[in-house]
Amino acid sequence: MSTFLGMPATSPPGVGNLRGDEPFPKAARKALANSQLRRNLGHATGTIRRKSGAVISELPDWQELRAAGSALKAATMARLPELLEQLEEKVTAAGGVVHWAADAAEANRIVTGLVRATGQERVIKVKSMATQEIGLNEALEEAGIAAVETDLAELIVQLGHDKPSHILVPAIHRNRAEIREIFLREMPGVDPALTDDPATLAAAARRYLRETFLSTKVAVSGANFAVAETGTLAVLESEGNGRMCLTLPETLITVMGIEKLVPTWQDLEVFLQLLPRASTGERMNPYTSMWTGVTPGDGPQEFHLVLLDNGRTAVLADEVGRQALHCIRCSACLNVCPVYERTGGHAYGSVYPGPIGAVLSPQLTGVEDNASLPYASSLCGACFDACPVKIDIPSILVHLRNEVPHPRAEKAAMAAAAYTMDHPALYTRAQHAAKLSKHAKKLPPPLNGWTASRDLPEPPPETFRDWWAKR
Amino acid sequence: MSSKDLILSRVRAALGQQASAEPVPRDYRSAGSLEPDVEMLVDRLVDYKAVVHREQDVAAVAARLQPGRLVVPPGIDRSWLPPGVTLAEDEFTADAVLTAATVAVAETGTIVLDGSPDQGHRRLSLLPDLHICVVRTDQVVASVPDALTRLDATRPLTWISGPSATSDIELNRVEGVHGPRNLHVVLLD
Ligand code: SF4
Repeated sequence: MSTFLGMPATSPPGVGNLRGDEPFPKAARKALANSQLRRNLGHATGTIRRKSGAVISELPDWQELRAAGSALKAATMARLPELLEQLEEKVTAAGGVVHWAADAAEANRIVTGLVRATGQERVIKVKSMATQEIGLNEALEEAGIAAVETDLAELIVQLGHDKPSHILVPAIHRNRAEIREIFLREMPGVDPALTDDPATLAAAARRYLRETFLSTKVAVSGANFAVAETGTLAVLESEGNGRMCLTLPETLITVMGIEKLVPTWQDLEVFLQLLPRASTGERMNPYTSMWTGVTPGDGPQEFHLVLLDNGRTAVLADEVGRQALHCIRCSACLNVCPVYERTGGHAYGSVYPGPIGAVLSPQLTGVEDNASLPYASSLCGACFDACPVKIDIPSILVHLRNEVPHPRAEKAAMAAAAYTMDHPALYTRAQHAAKLSKHAKKLPPPLNGWTASRDLPEPPPETFRDWWAKR
Repeated sequence: MSSKDLILSRVRAALGQQASAEPVPRDYRSAGSLEPDVEMLVDRLVDYKAVVHREQDVAAVAARLQPGRLVVPPGIDRSWLPPGVTLAEDEFTADAVLTAATVAVAETGTIVLDGSPDQGHRRLSLLPDLHICVVRTDQVVASVPDALTRLDATRPLTWISGPSATSDIELNRVEGVHGPRNLHVVLLD
């Protein structure tokens, strides 16, 4: 049995936030009825697309950086065992302690145990997708430990008893008026004269969290990058809450997916240029913190790094799907996605929404547990064009649709097809995708579900519209 | 089987017998390929709401900013201190902090601190609301790749691009959340 023990495994059910309560088409229909949500999303994603486009166009070598980023991630995956061991060695040599967590439950157990050992009952947190994925806050709460989110958007979500709906800006579905209401209702000691001016709202968060930062002795973070060569970890952020969490407490616990590695210090030069411009549309985010183990006299004197699998090895085992692990969580694919812009992030069920979520969540859980997500796309290809590490999301979607167990999926296919057929431009892109499909005789999903009982001609080598455009 | 062995064996099984990855094409602008442009640094700092002072007398700039209780790292150049300034015991009680820097990146408007004696430990430049940061023009590099070649990975590094900000409300950038709300850069020739 030992060979089976070492086989790639998906994320176990019952823990964490990778599975939704209902299939995408059903959840999406509800979201589509919410016009305020659509206005908020349209406004926010429009803003970020403009900003991002402007700073990307300043770099003459953006395409070369993307090519390097993509190849670097592939090279990292190919050498992952060796690089992970190198990272462990370097972090340990610098005074850190490395833990390995096969799944969400084990990661939660490790972190809970580490916090308990400090005797503390509260931790401060920097926004981290990995800890949301494993449901760490819920696990800590069960153990009687309060987890305080310190990122402004996470704070809005936490105070609003809400769920995150975007990778970068979890409260993107809220506008300033709604945020003001949440603060007035839920923030102890808030000024009742609070306005909805964004600077005033930010100042309210500053006042509210300051004392907590200064008095909490344990922090939990994620990491954007880890350098195998040096054992250095990097967190990119804007507000300074990350710097607070990474430097003020006595103990720092960082939870990181095993795919976040880069091989060398020099490799950061690629990702530090790609991520801020694709993500917040800034030349550089306001603060980036880098640390290697423990620095005597500066910052936490106890540092733990938890390396998380939780389904990642199952993703890695799929030769087509494994590029989803190259994701640097910039959220550009969400911001350009016509489906995300209409449905918002909650409809995807998982903490990973949008195009990347549609390919990552089903692979992490096993496609049968997120069977409708590969259909949560019109295959228009905008995500592929926007992705700073060139993840071919449409091809992975098509690939995953072929793996979805049939009956449930067909209904989803109908819904997606109906959506696509309403939009001629999207249909054109879907025809492009038809040529990507391995099963070339059928139309690609979602259209194959719709046309399952009809005869289809062989797809031509170029689509009619392509052919026409060239005349 | 330990979780480490389990995960590593899963990774090996997942990778299978694949050929080694393609070489990484590094056709982007590499370190050393561009001249540092101080004007660009100023432009980008100002664009992200830092205030730039191109004056040689740091003490005079600091005095003008009315720093209140000022905290400084142990290795600071004492000639930078305004005469008669009130020095704070520590960063917890300070209104302002004055530090040097290690590297500045022109293309992104970024300043990097590495915890050297003239920059201090990381929270020193985090808690006070006003950060006055002194950068020499010979510390300015053109791009992010250049900056990395000058930095020591084993030191605690803080990359700073403008004052604390957030884009969390409708994706508009607003300055001033948890870090210093005011960043003043004194650029020494
Ligand atoms: S898939 Fe690409 S575009 Fe989407 S979040 Fe990940 S890195 Fe960004």
